[in-house]
Amino acid sequence: MTHKMEIDGVEVAFSEGETILEIAQRHQKEIPTLCYDPRLESFGGCRLCIVELEGARNPVASCTTKATAGMVVRTATDTIEAYRKTLLEMVVSENREVDVSPLRGYASGELADLRDKYGVNGTSITGATSGTSKTDDDNPFILRDYELCISCYRCVRVCAEQEGDHAINVMNRGFHTQIMTEFDGLLKDSACTFCGQCIQTCPTGALADKKALRAIDEVADDTLDKTRTICPYCGVGCSVDVLTKNEKIVGIHPAMDGPANQGALCVKGQFAYDFVQHPDRLKTPLIRGEDGELHEASWEEALDRAAEGFHKVHAEHGRHSIYGIASGRAPSEAAYLMQKFIRVGFGTNYIDNCSRA
Amino acid sequence: MSNPLVDMQKPDVIFCIGTNMTECHPVAATGLKKAVARGAKLIVADPRRIDLAEMSHLYLPLRVGSDTALLLGMAHVIAREGLIDDEFIKNRTTGFDDFFEHISQWTPEWAETITGVPAKDIETAAMWYGTANRGAIYYTLGITEHICGVENVQSLCNLALMTGNIGREGTGINPMRGQNNIQGAGDSGALPNNYPGFQAVTEPEYQAKFKAAYGREVDLEKGITKVTALELCGDSIHAMLIDGENTLLSDPDREHCEHALRSLEHLVVIDIFLTETAELADVVLPATAWGETDGVCTNTERRVQRMRAAVPPIGEAKPDWWIICQIAQRLGFKGFDFDAPKPIFNELCRLSPIYAGLDWERINKSEYQWPVPHKEHPGTPRLHEETFTNGRGIFSNVHYRDPAETISEAFPVWLTTGRRLQSYHTRTQTGRAQGIDYLLPEESLEINPVDIEKWDLTDGEWCKMSSARGSINIKLKATNRSPRGTVFASFSFADVPVNLLTGSGYDPVTHTAELKVCPVRLEPL
Repeated sequence: MTHKMEIDGVEVAFSEGETILEIAQRHQKEIPTLCYDPRLESFGGCRLCIVELEGARNPVASCTTKATAGMVVRTATDTIEAYRKTLLEMVVSENREVDVSPLRGYASGELADLRDKYGVNGTSITGATSGTSKTDDDNPFILRDYELCISCYRCVRVCAEQEGDHAINVMNRGFHTQIMTEFDGLLKDSACTFCGQCIQTCPTGALADKKALRAIDEVADDTLDKTRTICPYCGVGCSVDVLTKNEKIVGIHPAMDGPANQGALCVKGQFAYDFVQHPDRLKTPLIRGEDGELHEASWEEALDRAAEGFHKVHAEHGRHSIYGIASGRAPSEAAYLMQKFIRVGFGTNYIDNCSRA
Repeated sequence: MSNPLVDMQKPDVIFCIGTNMTECHPVAATGLKKAVARGAKLIVADPRRIDLAEMSHLYLPLRVGSDTALLLGMAHVIAREGLIDDEFIKNRTTGFDDFFEHISQWTPEWAETITGVPAKDIETAAMWYGTANRGAIYYTLGITEHICGVENVQSLCNLALMTGNIGREGTGINPMRGQNNIQGAGDSGALPNNYPGFQAVTEPEYQAKFKAAYGREVDLEKGITKVTALELCGDSIHAMLIDGENTLLSDPDREHCEHALRSLEHLVVIDIFLTETAELADVVLPATAWGETDGVCTNTERRVQRMRAAVPPIGEAKPDWWIICQIAQRLGFKGFDFDAPKPIFNELCRLSPIYAGLDWERINKSEYQWPVPHKEHPGTPRLHEETFTNGRGIFSNVHYRDPAETISEAFPVWLTTGRRLQSYHTRTQTGRAQGIDYLLPEESLEINPVDIEKWDLTDGEWCKMSSARGSINIKLKATNRSPRGTVFASFSFADVPVNLLTGSGYDPVTHTAELKVCPVRLEPL
């Protein structure tokens, strides 16, 4: 059932249960947020998404306010924008730094982007910085740089609501808020599965991809490219963006619009990508020599030898002496051609893939 | 999967059996966790007290290899309590009367004697699933890697058919596939019994189709499975082309497997690393890896998706398709003059009815789940909504069978194998990813603390584990995840080759190895 309401003087339709923010975003209203992740329950912590609601004494958080028929909402009045700027000045003043590498995480630039949009120079409010970085956590994946934490709780919420892991929670309130594991220990000793979702939802880079940051020095001056593809591991088929700099894979971002994962990943998909450019990779063909060892060879030599061997076995033992095993890891074109190789080449059905073991 | 992944958040009752989803399909498991948080009931049947069992409302700790007995007992209760969906059975299925008769003997009390699960818990599970408005079944290799894998799957189908829990949102029978393109490999016809698109090689219509398409006579019989082929190596099989499989570590009975591959006159391996299998080859051809290769893969919910190259190939590595074309061309085979993956995929689509509506451009946004029979078709997120592929759903009068080997005086402990969250298969990839070692540096045998004492072993120390096929040394880790009398290890680590021990038997129909059951003996070193 659809209802009507008014946003910035325009009548819009909405369905039961939608929030003002969701409706406004659908109509291309740029409402700033920091604690909002569309995958999670609305939280209403950062207050940046406040809007004017006719009949309400104070502005309301649009992310937690459900729309009702006949509401009249203004999303960007001078007063509202001034409030937002002040809120941003306060948030920015608490952080050690705001300009962080995009390699820290998918959403790590959100605070810097809003600071720039609202022209916050960070000097009108001065004071102590909040949050204490957890420098003794030696895990190789997740940097816990809480001096950049703005207490939006996105990490805590994604861990609980999406992952169901509840590895981290909040200690203290207000200025002294601190995100920590049970007993303030290492992530390794908590329920953390190192899926990296906290990194990717963090809007300031307080939680950051340590592995990606390691690549910063090597490829500092190159531009960051993204390529959409599918994770190489299990059969769920999560969409990912591979981050590359100067032809080097430096990290993985989950695809928030991936149909199978909606932004979720696991430790393998998030962090186990560097086998691709590992020194152990086979770089040339190899042929077994008369000495019984494998030796490097040219493609011509190796392909000739591969073909000759099949030709010889075919001639001596007939077409039912040759078998093909296709990969469940390579693309379908490889599997298709493997079966075509056997069926066209030898006229048999002596083909299988690796699904039986 | 009969149902899409998004359906995982929608059931009222979820029945997970033989699936360690939080470790093996962690992202899919997030959907189940959300369903449970929303109020869905979770039933978990697994020999091990896995994380999924910890979060369940009802945990059925069955003895390894006793799934069929458990499921027969559940079917008995559903029938006895009148929880069957008469309308669905009448309109959509066949063979229910015989099945009803068949299951009358398999009481939950009988099932308790086989499975070790209390009869009252079997009854509760049946009542929950049987009364659910939306009951969904999820399973993985814990169901299929048995000599009775087919009966196990048929038993699950029986439950879904008798309760009408299929063909609707939030229901279904949902196997989780373990590799990024294992579904696509089957879709593409890399099977001894099917051409691309699961068109049976024994059907005259499809034989004629592929004879015309490929321009040569075709075999009218099914080919042999990989398992049979490995058994025939050196006998009637003399050459193999293996693409991207570390057969030696992933298959059961490693010694048999190594002997088989060594007895070949000609072995060509295409891979990205010099795997244990590649080390036995006469020719090793370096393939481009994930991240370097353009192509198509199909996920566990039948979603056809594009993989894209992000970086150039390392060294002289070439795409698999190019390598296969080059060998084929040298042998004078026709139809291998491809210069890109796109025309190859488009050829597959033309020959495969389930992909008929797809092509390289149309899959660009991951929108389609097969079957997509024509270009105007939106795809099929949910199977069996109106009718089953073969018309009616067939009830199967299955019987319980013991595993190929059962525990004995010589081998008194059940070993079951599987995967762990942080490592993938034989670790050719995750073993080379920085940081993974921090989380999982080595393999260890999960064993109940009581068993440690019983067998005179020491937690954290190494022990000798032997089966009818061989022995390995493995470090012990005491944990209540393992029930008494059952131990667990993954097959991921080359220095703890658990598959030296496995290989007691195969499902006679699918030839899937019984990797989940292997009687062993444990001794201190």
